[in-house]
Amino acid sequence: MEVEAPDVAAKSQAGQFVIVVPKETGERVPLTICGYDAKKGTVSFAFHEVGKTTKELGCFGEGSELLNVTGPLGNPSEIKKFGKVLCVGGSIMIAPLLLQVKAMKAAGNQVTTVIGARTKDAMIMEKEANALSDKLYVATDDGSYGNKGLDFLKDLLKKEKFDHCVVMGPVVMMKEVSAITKPFNIPTVVTLTPIMIDGMGMCGVCRVTVGGKMMFACVDGPEFDGHQTDFDGLIQRQRQMLPEERLSSLVWETSGGCKCGRNKA
Amino acid sequence: MAETKPKPKLNKKAVEMRKQEPKVRAKNFSEVALGYNEAEALEEANRCLQCPKPQCISGCPVEVPIPAFIKCVREKKYAEGIATIKSKNALPAVCGRVCPQESQCQAKCIVGKMGEPISVGRLERFLADWECGNGFQLPAKAPSTGKKVAVIGAGPAGLTVAADLIQRGHEVTEFEALHIGGGVLSYGIPEFRLPKKIVQNEVNYVQKLGVDLRLGNLIGRTHTIPELMKEGGYDAVFIGSGAGLPQFTGCAGENLGGIYSANEFLIRVNLMKGFLFPDYDTPIRIGKHVVVIGGGNVAMDCARCSMRLGADVCLVYRRSRDELPARHEEIENAEEEGLVCKFLAAPLEFYGDERGWVKGMKCICMELTEPDAKGRRGVKIIPGSEFTMEVDTVIIAIGQTPNPIIQRTTEGLQSDPRHGTICVNDVGKTSLDGVYAGGDVATGAATVISAMGAGKRAAKAMHEYLTNKK
Repeated sequence: MEVEAPDVAAKSQAGQFVIVVPKETGERVPLTICGYDAKKGTVSFAFHEVGKTTKELGCFGEGSELLNVTGPLGNPSEIKKFGKVLCVGGSIMIAPLLLQVKAMKAAGNQVTTVIGARTKDAMIMEKEANALSDKLYVATDDGSYGNKGLDFLKDLLKKEKFDHCVVMGPVVMMKEVSAITKPFNIPTVVTLTPIMIDGMGMCGVCRVTVGGKMMFACVDGPEFDGHQTDFDGLIQRQRQMLPEERLSSLVWETSGGCKCGRNKA
Repeated sequence: MAETKPKPKLNKKAVEMRKQEPKVRAKNFSEVALGYNEAEALEEANRCLQCPKPQCISGCPVEVPIPAFIKCVREKKYAEGIATIKSKNALPAVCGRVCPQESQCQAKCIVGKMGEPISVGRLERFLADWECGNGFQLPAKAPSTGKKVAVIGAGPAGLTVAADLIQRGHEVTEFEALHIGGGVLSYGIPEFRLPKKIVQNEVNYVQKLGVDLRLGNLIGRTHTIPELMKEGGYDAVFIGSGAGLPQFTGCAGENLGGIYSANEFLIRVNLMKGFLFPDYDTPIRIGKHVVVIGGGNVAMDCARCSMRLGADVCLVYRRSRDELPARHEEIENAEEEGLVCKFLAAPLEFYGDERGWVKGMKCICMELTEPDAKGRRGVKIIPGSEFTMEVDTVIIAIGQTPNPIIQRTTEGLQSDPRHGTICVNDVGKTSLDGVYAGGDVATGAATVISAMGAGKRAAKAMHEYLTNKK
């Protein structure tokens, strides 16, 4: 989804996110920026239609208006010349990862990219990833395409030396990759996407333990050291409102969705 | 000897304000206090002595001409009355409801020395509500000065500065980080104490004065203060970004599900209207046994919201009832609605169930120590006094500090390293030329009216600065 928000676009950098409020009765949803154009005054982001709000956002067509887009929020990624960089992206987060791949390349790094999805049909942006990276590997959970799972990374790391690793994807995947890179002592940066409301340090719902300390993903992150992050605590906190999220989605669908016809129950 | 005129008999009792019955109101989010009708307002206004040397004004942080507006009520000149208040206070409907009048204007009232003081706040509210029903009047504006001011934050301090400076002829842009204006009036104070329609009216009033309000604009990220002053062409900046960063206890288990910061809880319920879920999309999950930790107004607000969402609520406070920092009226309201308090206790640890949801907490008993130099009594732990409580929701309301984003992104802006507050002089000037600050961001969490008082003083100083600036 691409939206016009000139003030946000003018300041956006890789690694940051926006908070979108679709309408007056809507939620504040954090979405990682996956592209921006300061000249056009636009920012873009990608999302899976999993809950009520994302399904509803999916029905916003060209020319629709969102109530509010706030940002850019969070700290930008550290982009500099590291040398050899491994970028690992999973699922929908492949889209914002490619923004980092681009920036890492521009900073003079040699970039190896790994993209993963649940299954072959769910793989996105392979062509773009291939064009942007020096080397590309693909993987699926079920092995229907490319490598099966991420175990192949261990062999890759034995063969090749990397100076820096960036991971964006589902929490379980970030946890797995961090565990793989740790014995090789590769500094690993993960992008955390916990539940957020305000996205600017007010509510504390995005708190996560990193290196034994309480951090707010919105203002202290969203990027953290993957070797210090308490992923299990994060997974638990992400599940907090699941029953409510399901209820919200169900109520919306049974009352006819957004009526544009795309999401009829 | 001339006959002395018989003194009119002073009615020592103030006219009560009608409230919703505790049992009824504890189940709804409608406003608790119903306000005076005209007859009640006239009766109360007639109790005022119209002192030649009124003390009440000196008790008001923004110096509202209190006897003058009460005289207007007596004479039923309501439009004049509200204009009198608004000459000093742009947000009377808010202040009439949430100011701690008992420790300010009403504490100084002469009538209060003989009986109950004049209900200044209730009369202020009466006039503000009258205006709301009869249409807002806009005051005259000074001719344009050609100077541009950026105000950061649309809470009590920011709205006051914006309203003041635009009337003095400056062009004002107000940047608000959230998608709704009002600051703590919108996200913090609950509907039943301050209806959001009232807040929106006050924000609209400031916009009607000509202030350009930009929502969803987080200064420090979307723009920084140096950018506003250089590229944005703003001649002066006021920082009124409040105290929005929640404090946690640091106890083990604090990241369990069901443990909210007061801010998260109140933002979900008030700003995002979680009490109307699923009509509104933001959920709030609340259990049957809620513990609120803390004893200030924010803690009371959390407790009273929880009861309205159907929970039994216990307040855990480490000092005793006498030291509760919350307003008396709020404590009484909460207790009437069913609040149970556990005084002289503090949390030690939270326990969770297999799904990571809080199910219990360990506390320890405290005892008060002798008052310190400021007269505030400290507490110390009673060894071996641990006890456990079964809970399924915990709300931590132990204070807020200023958000650090502006301090981190404004070079040369001095702040207090311990409290995170921005350092200012007595008129709100910061360490940077042309940059002023006031309200909670400068003082730490305090009241709506003290923020407005700081806004008033800063606006005056900013006006002088702008007038002298070439």
